[in-house]
Amino acid sequence: MKLSRTANLIILMVSILIGGIFLLPFLWMTLSSIKPESLIMGHPEQFFPTELSLENYTILFSQIPFFRFLLNSCIFAGGVTLCSLLFDSLAGYAFAKLPFKGSTVLFILVLMTMMVPFQITMIPLYLIMNKFHILNTYAGLMLPRLTNAFGIYFMRQSFLSVPNELMDAGRIDGVSETGIFFRIMIPVAVASLSTLGVFHFMYNWNDFLWPMLMTNTLEMQTLPVGLALFQGEHVMKHGPMFAGAVLSIIPILIIFLAAQKTFIKGIALSGIKG
Amino acid sequence: MIIIGVFILFPIVQSFWMSLHDWNILRNTKVFLGCKNYVKAFADERFLNAMKNTIVYTVSYVPILIFTALFVAVFINYKFSGAGFFKSLLFMPAITSMAIIAIIFRFLLDGDIGLISIWVKALGLPAKDFLRNPDTAMGSVVLTGVWRWMGFNMVIILSGLNAIPDSLYEAAEIDGAGKVRQFFSISLPLLMPTMTFVLITNLISSFQVFDQIYVMTKGGPVFSTEVLVYYIYYRGFNVFDMGYASAMAFILFCIILIMTLVQLKGFRESEKNGVNA
Repeated sequence: MKLSRTANLIILMVSILIGGIFLLPFLWMTLSSIKPESLIMGHPEQFFPTELSLENYTILFSQIPFFRFLLNSCIFAGGVTLCSLLFDSLAGYAFAKLPFKGSTVLFILVLMTMMVPFQITMIPLYLIMNKFHILNTYAGLMLPRLTNAFGIYFMRQSFLSVPNELMDAGRIDGVSETGIFFRIMIPVAVASLSTLGVFHFMYNWNDFLWPMLMTNTLEMQTLPVGLALFQGEHVMKHGPMFAGAVLSIIPILIIFLAAQKTFIKGIALSGIKG
Repeated sequence: MIIIGVFILFPIVQSFWMSLHDWNILRNTKVFLGCKNYVKAFADERFLNAMKNTIVYTVSYVPILIFTALFVAVFINYKFSGAGFFKSLLFMPAITSMAIIAIIFRFLLDGDIGLISIWVKALGLPAKDFLRNPDTAMGSVVLTGVWRWMGFNMVIILSGLNAIPDSLYEAAEIDGAGKVRQFFSISLPLLMPTMTFVLITNLISSFQVFDQIYVMTKGGPVFSTEVLVYYIYYRGFNVFDMGYASAMAFILFCIILIMTLVQLKGFRESEKNGVNA
């Protein structure tokens, strides 16, 4: 649709207004993170600070185990993403290409678990982890997330679209069954895998309730949980919290800017998951 | 398979089993109660209040969210200069953790240092500490939710809009239909499947709201923002009354299940229509 000049101008004005609403909190947070504490408290009030200080960041690093949180987040989100990509695609492949007895029933069962909200399973899950004595460990944090119905369903759909002739050709050439999976199916499904990977990573990086339940020491908390709890309990000053918020957004923002298309696809997916 | 079995199917059964008990891991009790926990829930004022708050949250959050997302999606669909940048900007909250956003908004709305409070004061209106006032706390939490999820839903609606063939609009233009008329006669009807999907997924997720409540208000002030999941969390993991918490989780599950079934029915119908068309 071609737009006239005036129409374009009006639209631009409205979009600046709406964009402002979305930009402002991020901008305010970033600017506040480099303000000295007295400016944050509004003496005097300045949106754009005239006086800069990196004090908030030094306080952040000395008072909050920020790098520990960051490391935990990386291990949790990264580990879960890698493992679940493997398991999702294995199971998805089995459902798509290797029909076995009762596979339809099993698949329906898998789909049904998609309807179950996390809140219903969280209490028993907590007790299971307690019984295994893996509360507050990476294992406990990651185990329930190692595969999920949505990932299996998604990978099944993408493997279904791969023609059987490709597998047959591989069999004739003497490739083993595992070889067919890793050397033929996986390369074909790279696009789906990366979309699903982004989705898993973002979901777990941002997840709050589960890591909060599972962890009870500072050494194990992920970024969102650690910062949120610190804000509630320990830190009296506001500046370091701003600094922490800025730093915690940066990693995911870099990935977002690098792979924006995949990201938006991944987000549309998580909508499907509900 | 095993993981799903152990970590999803088994917990569901156990959760239901627990909901029939007085199961407190602090007092180490485990008494069979039958459905008394469910009876207790419907007589528990705090549960009913949490239910009411969840419904208030849902009926205010979902319509605001959907209308703004639809408006902005239609707007972006005009592909003006800078639309791509604009889209990315609006999408940024969706990739940020809700907990982090809640921290930022808690500061924004703070009575002393918050930008919003400072502006309200500058306008000469009575300054309020939004999150510490029972009248405004819920509204603040709702708007924070909308702010986070708007871009996300906009992207879904936008993909629905893009699926509508241009030829329809061209035909309408030849027939002399204006932009507004085109929107109501072409875009909106064809967008209905997408909108139903967006509506139901948001209904479901708003019944599960927790993160920003926990960070911003902890259910307060005076329980004015205490929603279902927060109360379940409180009962289960602060008081460790896990049987009762499971019973409430099961009530939540039933509500969500009904909504999911409605959605599945919608999916099947739209698939059928797709085949016919």
